[in-house]
Amino acid sequence: MIEVIIYLSSGLFLGWSLGANDAANIFGTAVGSRMLKFSTAALIMTVFVILGSVVSGAGASNTLGALGQVGTLPAAFVVAFAAAVAVSWMTKLSLPVSTSHSIVGGIIGWNLYSGFATDLSVLREIVGAWIFSPVLSAFFAVILYFIFKKWLNNAKIHLLQLDFYTRWGLLIVGAFGAYSLGANNIANVMGVFTGIMNIPDYNLGIFTFSGAQQLFLLGGIAISVGVVTYSKKVMLTVGSNIMDISPVGAFIVVLASSTTLFIFASASLKNFLIMLGLPSLPLVPVSSSQAVVGAVLGLGLAKGGRNINFKLLGKIGAGWVLTPITAAVISFFLLFFMQNVFIRSVV
Amino acid sequence: MPHILFGRSRELEIEITEYLDLVNRGALTFKRDLKRYIQKDFNLFEESLTDIKKIENNADEHQKDIKYKLYKYMLIPESRADVLNIIEEIDTITDLAKEVIYEISIEKPVIPEELESDFLELVENSSEAVDMLVKSVRAFFEEISQVNDYVNKVHFYEHQADKNEERLKRKIFSDQCKEIDIAYKLQLRYFIEEIAALSDQAEMVSEDVSVAAVKRRI
Repeated sequence: MIEVIIYLSSGLFLGWSLGANDAANIFGTAVGSRMLKFSTAALIMTVFVILGSVVSGAGASNTLGALGQVGTLPAAFVVAFAAAVAVSWMTKLSLPVSTSHSIVGGIIGWNLYSGFATDLSVLREIVGAWIFSPVLSAFFAVILYFIFKKWLNNAKIHLLQLDFYTRWGLLIVGAFGAYSLGANNIANVMGVFTGIMNIPDYNLGIFTFSGAQQLFLLGGIAISVGVVTYSKKVMLTVGSNIMDISPVGAFIVVLASSTTLFIFASASLKNFLIMLGLPSLPLVPVSSSQAVVGAVLGLGLAKGGRNINFKLLGKIGAGWVLTPITAAVISFFLLFFMQNVFIRSVV
Repeated sequence: MPHILFGRSRELEIEITEYLDLVNRGALTFKRDLKRYIQKDFNLFEESLTDIKKIENNADEHQKDIKYKLYKYMLIPESRADVLNIIEEIDTITDLAKEVIYEISIEKPVIPEELESDFLELVENSSEAVDMLVKSVRAFFEEISQVNDYVNKVHFYEHQADKNEERLKRKIFSDQCKEIDIAYKLQLRYFIEEIAALSDQAEMVSEDVSVAAVKRRI
């Protein structure tokens, strides 16, 4: 049992750092500009991240499983640990990285070490989603900008009333954002463990709590701990950095990026689109930070800004390439150590 | 915390509207009183002297209420600071208007007949600048896209008032008014500057309104 907890710790650590960093993408502006209290934001984050993880976490997690099914618990520990190290390192270099990019690198590292072929079509799907997600988020931001601009011009809402609606709006899209983050990114935290741990289903009468869902709950709690213990600092930094975004602008950014994350996570939405004969997107863990950057850029473009920050775009691109490669290399070497120094079977 | 649930900002909206009405009325009263004085209708001027004081006191009360309510209701902190700043700055206009009227009543400056029309024009432009400022503030709350139109009008009237001010001063200190004693000339200059100060203050506040409006665009 203790060994299992130790092996899970790297995933939980990854969850903690996800909560610490990514909560700011959702509530950063609202808390940083004191539109919402941190305690309110943290409570909403906690509840909805866990809900999203448990209810809709399976889709993106299955995709990671299809990329490479890590064979043993010690190997899963190493893969998640390598991903966590890569994230910390890239964060130090102030690249907008995500656990999504690093866990994929970690899994590929395991594939290379164990000699399993990486399913290139799945990899293509994942990388395609990474590139497409900020673009899609920017697109949503542009659409929302024009809708809100027209609506605000026509509705002539009193500024004080608008403030009131905006504050509630930020709270509601924040809840949606937290749900989407949990649904999309829980795969990074627990995805490598779900395939190997045989946890019996737990029957609650009305519904069954599957083994994977129990792991997702644990991962969701780890994310929440990250939110409660560390995200305030990040939120205050983010809030003061992007103060030039208006309150309604902040609402649009959160709504656009959360919708993007939701689209890449929700199996029900995917099935619904397929049922309607519409094109659907693969369920892939994407980066919430990059979705936010995409939305901010989209908002800037919609407002007629011509200065695209190429340095920022370059950093995003670097995140796609550098993070998975770093994580893959770390994962490969640590697996070697696990196998030969700690004598634990990793294949 | 009922205000958090229901956002009773309606009460505050009404308070702000009433406050702006008072500022507007202050500017109109200022114009009316000065016209009476310039046109030598001194009895009527003295009779209605307390009007501007009542308006100023009433505006002060409203300002205090607004300050309190701004913190009570669920507003976005940044716009709360902007609203507070605008309300406080606008209040100095009503104070200034009252001060000018009372000082005129005390000092009773003699306005030469040949300068009357210039004085009337200055008063007109100065109070027009305040009127446009009040409109820009109303637009800031109710229809933000209109703010710039009104701010531009404030600039226009302030500029006109500046020209009136200069023209009047030049006339006073020229040969045209050489029979006026220098002490009276300096007194007239003081009142000209005080009347024009109303439009200067209006312009200053309109800049704040303009910046606050830019911040509120999506």
